[in-house]
Amino acid sequence: MKFRAKIVDVACLNHFSRVVTTISKLTKSCVLRLTPDNLFFVMSGKVANGGVSMWCELAQANFFDEYQMEGVSAEDNEICLELTPENLSRALRTLQNAKVLKVKLAKKHCPCLTIAAELPTLSSVGKVVTHTVPVDVIPRRLWHELKEPSMPDFDVSIYLPPLKTMKNVVDRMKNLSNFLVVKANLNGEMNLKIETDLVSVSTHFRDLGNPPWGDDASQDGGPSQSRDPDSMAEARVDIRRLQQFLMGQQINPTKAMCNIVHQKVVHLILLHEDMSLQYFIPAVA
Amino acid sequence: MPLSTQSQIEDEQYVFMASLDNARNISNILKAIAFKDHAVFTATPNGLKVTVEDSKCLQANAFIQVEVFQEFTIKEDVVGFQVNLTVLLDCLNIFGGSTAPGVSTALRICYKGYGYPLTLFLEEGGVVTVCKINTEEPEETIDFEFCSSDVTNKIILQSENLKEAFSELDMTSEVLQFTMSPNQPYFRLSTFGNSGNAHYDYSKDSDMMELFKCTKTQTNRYKMSLLKPSTKALALSCKVSVRTNSRGFLSLQYLIRNDDGQICFVEFYCCPDEDVEED
Repeated sequence: MKFRAKIVDVACLNHFSRVVTTISKLTKSCVLRLTPDNLFFVMSGKVANGGVSMWCELAQANFFDEYQMEGVSAEDNEICLELTPENLSRALRTLQNAKVLKVKLAKKHCPCLTIAAELPTLSSVGKVVTHTVPVDVIPRRLWHELKEPSMPDFDVSIYLPPLKTMKNVVDRMKNLSNFLVVKANLNGEMNLKIETDLVSVSTHFRDLGNPPWGDDASQDGGPSQSRDPDSMAEARVDIRRLQQFLMGQQINPTKAMCNIVHQKVVHLILLHEDMSLQYFIPAVA
Repeated sequence: MPLSTQSQIEDEQYVFMASLDNARNISNILKAIAFKDHAVFTATPNGLKVTVEDSKCLQANAFIQVEVFQEFTIKEDVVGFQVNLTVLLDCLNIFGGSTAPGVSTALRICYKGYGYPLTLFLEEGGVVTVCKINTEEPEETIDFEFCSSDVTNKIILQSENLKEAFSELDMTSEVLQFTMSPNQPYFRLSTFGNSGNAHYDYSKDSDMMELFKCTKTQTNRYKMSLLKPSTKALALSCKVSVRTNSRGFLSLQYLIRNDDGQICFVEFYCCPDEDVEED
């Protein structure tokens, strides 16, 4: 098992740092899965994290100038590491103006990722700083828990409103209630609603547009053509999970979407050229 | 109910309806008196009065005159209701209460009458939020019987100067003592804290004193914890009037100019903490 990679470009480093920071805001612990082409940050929907799951995919070639890996075996050419993304995020943040950043899987007292950076100095002698992030290597037999979640058979898919607006609304609603109902239809309308003994608040977004899943043969389970465009699909979710998603994200996505499986799950997707982040929030009764 | 079913027929059912181009113009004022959850709203043809009280010793009133609203319709002489102010403020700021130029939240307030919720329609950038806040039986507010004929001492000064003193007040002091007198020290604020006593004196002739009308030396103490909430109003205000009456009650009136240059008032009445021997 070997892994070493190098980032030279400062823009790539910043982007990678933002992605990791976003992940760190979403979960305390996650799995970093390395394959020859991609890096994945994975959190499977365990009860401990409220049944929320996350899948973040990055094309390694868009971030790293050098990327070498050797998985556990030739057939299973992958490495799965459990880590605290906050540790990685902190290391990357302090090394933001590195000239070169090298990431390596190493075994010190325990397995760890070393992040070594050459920082610019005033003198000709470079300064090298190394951060060590402890990891747990996930054995082959547990890999089945880390499969990409299949696209749910959603009832409605819709583009999200500007995330900043949505965040403002959700922040206020969180002051008023613990649960929020997300509703959307195929007519580009989405409502966020809370209801308590004191107050009911509902925010109506219009003209959001619905992503054209149906035409894309690679995606199955798109909303059925026969669905009434005005009919709302809805899911009641823990407002903290949604807030966490909106608060932490630093990705500046080119596309942000939401799929709703009626009374089952809210599936949020952020797309950027070289990465995607999926976040699943289960509905509560 | 969805917005589309809102019709003119509906409008006619409201005993009170008001609209505003910029919700911040009222949320800012209300924030200044939001030291307790319960607020009594009294709408009259002159505008809206919002009252918040604490421990029967402190009363704050915000006056939002009818001119502040773009539309103001009232079908009765007086319409009163009580709502949770914290909830109302969260609703008014649902879009984040942005201070960026060119961004404002339009607001329409509707009330159908006793037993109905207070309905707010807020709109920003094409996004609409509907809030229904349950109303409560309005509690009787205290009449502090603070009439202008009974005012012993009165001064008006620019808030800037009082802000400075308030920002430096020794909060370990349980009370804030006001001394107002036709003779020296004219106007004095005193604290008695852990690290000693402090006095802030204002000369009656300084530029910042717009009016000085003290007839009798009066020294009264007020609980710091009661006066503390008024600093929010002070921070927003441009002028403040400090008055005391013969019973030692304190009235602080703050003149607040909103984003659109209109004037609103916030006033605080506070009971004296104890009688101090006059010298």
